[in-house]
Amino acid sequence: METRNKSMSQIIISGFKTNINQYAMFIALIVVWLIFQVLSGGEFITPRNLSNLLGQNVYIAILAVGMVLIMVAGHIDLSVGWLGGTSGAVAAMAWSGWHWNIWAAIALALSVGILTGLWQGFWVAYRGVPAFIVTLGSFLMFHGFILLAVHNGQTVPVQSGVIYQFGSGFLPQLFLKGTVGKDVPFHDLSLMLGVLAIVLYWVFEFRSRANRLKFGFDVLPWALQLGKIILVSILIAGIFAIQTFYVGISYAFLFLILLALLFVFITTKTVFGRHIYAIGGNKEAAKLSGINIRSRTMWVFIIMGTLASVAGLVFTGRMASASPAAGNLWELDTIAAVVVGGTSTLGGEGTIIGAIIGALFMGSLNNGMYLLNWDIQYQYIIKGVILTVAVWFDITSKKRR
Amino acid sequence: MSEFVFEMDNISKEFPGVKALDNVSFRVKKGEIHALVGENGAGKSTLMKVLSGVHPFGSYTGHIRVKGEEVQFRNIRDSEHHGIVVIYQELALVRLLNIMENLFLGNEVSKNGIIDWHEAFVRTQQYLKEVGLNVSPETRLINLGVGQQQLVEIAKALSKNAEILVLDEPTAALNEEDSKNLLKILRELKSKGVTCIYISHKLEEVLEIADSITVLRDGHSIHSQGVHDDGGMTEEKMINFMVGRKLTSRFPRKEHKAGEVVMEVKNWTVYHPELIEKKVIDNVSFQIRKGEILGIAGLMGAGRTELFLSLFGRSYGRDISGEIFIDGKKQTFHSPRDAIRSGFTYLSEDRKEKGLVLGMDILSNTTLSSLEKVSDHGVMETFDKQVVKAGVINYLKEVRITNHYVKQLQIKTPSIEQKVKNLSGGNQQKVVIGKWLMTEPKILVLDEPTRGIDVGAKFEIYNLMNELIDNGVAIVLISSELPEVLGMSDRVLVIHQGRITGDLPWQEATQEKCMYYATGGK
Repeated sequence: METRNKSMSQIIISGFKTNINQYAMFIALIVVWLIFQVLSGGEFITPRNLSNLLGQNVYIAILAVGMVLIMVAGHIDLSVGWLGGTSGAVAAMAWSGWHWNIWAAIALALSVGILTGLWQGFWVAYRGVPAFIVTLGSFLMFHGFILLAVHNGQTVPVQSGVIYQFGSGFLPQLFLKGTVGKDVPFHDLSLMLGVLAIVLYWVFEFRSRANRLKFGFDVLPWALQLGKIILVSILIAGIFAIQTFYVGISYAFLFLILLALLFVFITTKTVFGRHIYAIGGNKEAAKLSGINIRSRTMWVFIIMGTLASVAGLVFTGRMASASPAAGNLWELDTIAAVVVGGTSTLGGEGTIIGAIIGALFMGSLNNGMYLLNWDIQYQYIIKGVILTVAVWFDITSKKRR
Repeated sequence: MSEFVFEMDNISKEFPGVKALDNVSFRVKKGEIHALVGENGAGKSTLMKVLSGVHPFGSYTGHIRVKGEEVQFRNIRDSEHHGIVVIYQELALVRLLNIMENLFLGNEVSKNGIIDWHEAFVRTQQYLKEVGLNVSPETRLINLGVGQQQLVEIAKALSKNAEILVLDEPTAALNEEDSKNLLKILRELKSKGVTCIYISHKLEEVLEIADSITVLRDGHSIHSQGVHDDGGMTEEKMINFMVGRKLTSRFPRKEHKAGEVVMEVKNWTVYHPELIEKKVIDNVSFQIRKGEILGIAGLMGAGRTELFLSLFGRSYGRDISGEIFIDGKKQTFHSPRDAIRSGFTYLSEDRKEKGLVLGMDILSNTTLSSLEKVSDHGVMETFDKQVVKAGVINYLKEVRITNHYVKQLQIKTPSIEQKVKNLSGGNQQKVVIGKWLMTEPKILVLDEPTRGIDVGAKFEIYNLMNELIDNGVAIVLISSELPEVLGMSDRVLVIHQGRITGDLPWQEATQEKCMYYATGGK
């Protein structure tokens, strides 16, 4: 009732303040894009560059999804880089070297990830070795494995087949024929998916608002609610438009979206998800509440291992080859993305969407600085500073709430 | 110079949305023990934070004078400079360092940055003697009991030349013996001219030790008097000032009829997790009956908590042996989950560390132990066993059930989406109780259920216990406050050094008898 006496601007300001964390990432992302747009003389925000940007970072986003679970549970996984690289290399070797069936090669790569998850989960959950140490061990082991698998700096080509398509391919046109931009103005299937995504988002948003009202929970005032819907819709539209007016949506990107939706569901709607947050939030209380911490932790590592292999396959497909450098520093890029996306380094807090936006944010920095032809040494320095400042901002804005 | 060692006048302090202190005045005479009492949230801690400079000058309004001189503290160092030292409820000691390292932490006895350990050792010995602690200065904190650690804190304060010592709930975690010892030390300090501000929920203790009493309520200073003035202060009077209402009785005792045996423990023995030879629980056998409150008395360290933690899915100790029967059927609990499933639940004495996930909301905490009750099953049938058992959370069910417990337990909160870290102690405790009630227990063990919560909430919890008994639940009440055990229980078990030394119906259980058994009398 109090809100009636406030002016509209007050409502918007107070609503904004309480939700600043949710919006801060979006705003930071838009600011970074605008800065690069200006500095690059309009080359940054083009369908071509942004399509590349999205494609380049799918593997980091896939890793980030798994890393959210790991970090929410209060652990860390340093092995994901070389594990992913090795998985890709193993698949490439099996297919083009040993002439395995492509699906068998993929299954082999995935089993590398699953087994690694089992191995790490065993040591962390059942033997109490800190995850930092266990995964540092795997980091070293897999760096060795990938050098064994891909000798002497050679590469193993993967220039066709399912793995290649998965990493580099795009969805087909449904009705229109020809190249986007030359023969036809847009990619029809991508357009349809984009429209579908926006409609689904609206349905979700209105249903959740109706539910919250039914339970008597706080909801955003209408002005803000509409603002949020419009903003997010524009964002979704933008992301799909980029691809619709370039070459269409890639298989990898579509996979990422489905994966993200699955894990948003797992983290917010399932008992498994709730348990992970409880374990990370207070392990003792979770244990005394009857949660099987060991089994839950084991599963988190199995999921991470599997996703690392998937990321490795996507990367191999995108590069059209496996190389001994595949996997270098992925773990740090992933952790940076997850932490920038609001996941607590202490466990118990973090979201999938945040991590994916974090991956997009870090990817935008990489892409923009590359576009501007900045030397790699300056890129590292700037990324380091921005990571630190971003996490500081996240911590202070959480304190204020 | 005024008779007051310090005066705080018209202190007001606001937090966003809350007026924590509203025109509070607090004056303390030199060399007295002045008790500061009030319900949780009355403003005691905030007032002390203003006094000690944690809330610096400028963040509050009003005046503080120490020995007649107007002061403006910017930080803790400023206030310590004036001889004001606060000892908080949660001890601020480094457990892996030894006593003398802790004593001079941040204040090392040094020359040119090099520590003079010999001097530190000698001075530590002297301070330990003053607080009556007979251990080596090189003992690591981890090897001391809570009571001894408390004394180290006081020694540390003395090493800072404390003239005004503020103790926030110093006996909350202490047993009777350690509490007595602490009070004795405080009296000695008083005789040496040290002024004490004593914050406590234990009114009996307050009456025993204090010279003057000031009562705060909802950020106002309600009453201040000498203990013997105006016909003398009593517990009832204090409670009336604190809550602004009369409590007919501190303990709402109700006659219960004990039913059949619901749980039986036979020959339960537990060894210490680290000290291999040490038996913490020694061949304990007892029964719990349906519809009774079984009180567990004993001194700290007697093994009360350890006994029930070890029964609760082996959550404490090693080399556990013995048998558990629930409803006459033998049970083996490998984990808390097994125990919960059989209807045996344990509410921890440490709700923040072991009861709640503080960063989660009321909803998630309430349903944490029984998510399968609010879940739709079968969604992931090919997945691992536990995930099959409980799949997708049905939010609607979850909200309904949580609302039910919030209402039943009268949890005061604007929304069930409130994070539990923002709730008061009493409401936090109710959330944990709600979590256990939702598991529909047959036996509910309450370990220190009223520790650190205010009088009003305590009374509500006592009433709730009676209500649960009426619904056929058996309750085990572990408490360090003997009056609470005696006031609520139908039967009292007294534990001494891991053994049951007394088993008394409530009519026979007196304070004297319990202490006799608790100290090993036969």
